[in-house]
Amino acid sequence: VKDALGSVQSLLVLGGGSEIGLATARALVRGRTRTVILAARRPAELSQAAAALLEAGARSVERVEFHATDLQGHEALVNGIFDRDEDIDVVLVAFGVLGDPDGDWADADAARSLIETNFAGAVSVILPIVARLRRQGHGTLVVLSSVAAERPRRSNFVYGASKAGLDAFAQGLGDALTGTGVDVMVVRPGFVRTKMTAGRTAAPFATTPEAVADAIVDGLRRGAHTVWIPPALRWVMSAVRHLPRPLFRRLDV
Amino acid sequence: LLSGWGRTAPTRATVIALPQARQARAMLDQADGRGIVARGLGRSYGDAAQNSGGVVALTTGMRAVGAFDAETGLVTVEAGISIEELTRLTLPAGWFVPVTAGTRWITVGGAIASDIHGKNHHRDGGFAAHVTSLELETPAGERLTLTPSGSPDAFRATAGGMGLTGIIVEATVQLIRVETGWMRVDTERARDLDELLDRLDREDDDYRYSVAWVDLLAGGARLGRSVIARGDHASLAEMPAGAARLPPGAPGPRLAAPRRVPATLLNRYSVAAFNELWYRRAPRLERGKAQPLESFFYPLDGVRGWNRLYGPGGFVQYQLVVPLGEEELLRRIVARLHEADAPACLAVLKRLGSGRGLLSFPLTGWTLAVDFPARSPDIGRLLDDADELVAEAGGRVYLAKDARLRPELLEAMYPELPRWREVRAGLDPEHRMWSDLARRLGL
Repeated sequence: VKDALGSVQSLLVLGGGSEIGLATARALVRGRTRTVILAARRPAELSQAAAALLEAGARSVERVEFHATDLQGHEALVNGIFDRDEDIDVVLVAFGVLGDPDGDWADADAARSLIETNFAGAVSVILPIVARLRRQGHGTLVVLSSVAAERPRRSNFVYGASKAGLDAFAQGLGDALTGTGVDVMVVRPGFVRTKMTAGRTAAPFATTPEAVADAIVDGLRRGAHTVWIPPALRWVMSAVRHLPRPLFRRLDV
Repeated sequence: LLSGWGRTAPTRATVIALPQARQARAMLDQADGRGIVARGLGRSYGDAAQNSGGVVALTTGMRAVGAFDAETGLVTVEAGISIEELTRLTLPAGWFVPVTAGTRWITVGGAIASDIHGKNHHRDGGFAAHVTSLELETPAGERLTLTPSGSPDAFRATAGGMGLTGIIVEATVQLIRVETGWMRVDTERARDLDELLDRLDREDDDYRYSVAWVDLLAGGARLGRSVIARGDHASLAEMPAGAARLPPGAPGPRLAAPRRVPATLLNRYSVAAFNELWYRRAPRLERGKAQPLESFFYPLDGVRGWNRLYGPGGFVQYQLVVPLGEEELLRRIVARLHEADAPACLAVLKRLGSGRGLLSFPLTGWTLAVDFPARSPDIGRLLDDADELVAEAGGRVYLAKDARLRPELLEAMYPELPRWREVRAGLDPEHRMWSDLARRLGL
């Protein structure tokens, strides 16, 4: 159960192989978190990460196979994870793909696949999770969005659209869950240096998985509903969002 | 959403009113895996009377008075009656509750489940020490009459058991004789912690009630400066001629906290100013002042909803006890809390005697209670560090106030926990009693 100071005891990460997901797990285990469940596409590859978490103080680290695009399987998977003695205090939705940087945005297959993972897959797995969190009467759902959700860039607007959809869904969900004991926190990092973004030129205000993790821990402590990383992006993006279209088009983004 | 008095970590439960003791049976039988816990007036600071996803049985409607013997001072009441209502009933007949908390808005059931202590703990022990018998509806299927000698195990597991052995539906309490509704109070200042501990140590046995308010924001040579208030019930002979035996009494709070308070109202500066004022306006030394019972015991009841003053983030009250002889440790903790970058409102320090229940908080030593806004950034680490020191010294923190203890420390702080678990398993074999506190700490 979450305590008065926002410390949590158990964590489920969807996208458990992602660098942000693992960094967040490590940051929480440094606090009170003792139970971690990593749901990932290839759980077998996470044995080292799991061992490191145990080393750092976790009492139990479980790995579960999870595919974002296996929409039909989500509900059963979620119920399987939640059918345990202990409550799950925080669920972090950290999976997502960026798409091929050199690919053609007009490639319909690529676009559909990206939307299916980042948006349809997320919505599909979040809803059964929320049902279980409501049953236990408390919990925080942390949804990894992106600044790209705030104003899509021409260079990866399909990704931006998928995150914008997810972001809007998460915001609405948070409002709809008022009074249920379940909270939703939307996390909007800028450019994060990870293997997903390796080889790309870092955008201004680039950040790291560790910084995102720390911001998530701090957001949980404060009971925040939106977290920007770095925090200055909140104001930067507010300005960017209001840039007139002719001006925005001239930017090389 | 339910939360404790500290207004932190709210969770959702199905709240069902329990107006009559006999309905408790059915509620226990219907409890599912998320369980059930009784809740009275919600004055536990943390999550003791919350049960996320389960049932919370509201006992405040269950407050019939079974019997009151004005000769012996034995009173039998249902568990949902408040100390306030009980006092209104018995004080005119010359009887007062044997132990009272800093608020009269608590129920008798809650007083037993937390085995509360008062300003007289060094002399009279906790509330449960004055309970001659209680009725416990147990999840195992029976209604038990527990007495300290007839069923010592179950009694000691229930007194201080945080409501996790069943639902306390009725209790018989031995009240204490008082001649008036007034207190005779000595107030004085202590310049620093040394003087404070020294005086409490030497003189406390001369007083039935004793408490000190410590200004945690004063540092350096003034570290631990405080106002000591001690007294006893005034006898008729001590009252000035013509004074009413019962004070006029303030029927309700005179002030109320606003519904919405900015998070920054209580900051280091406003609290320092308040503490300064509190210290300055206290007399250096004043003896034998007549004070109405309410203002002596319940100064905070004068402000309705004072817990809202901490703003939307709520607050935590940290209460620790360390054994006698650990004064040096107490000093270190006071110094550390002083250095904290958090507005610590007045802290309360007093001596405690030994406890009654298996999970009762009191042990012979010094107890310190202090409030912090829950959103002050470093408070978590600060209190975790203090916990380690307290546990090492054989002390503990109070479960009725706790909202953030590291679960691993629980067994060190409560050495009788394994025994309590055994007795609980007998009373609640299917584990139907649950609270957020129980989940969080793995009780």
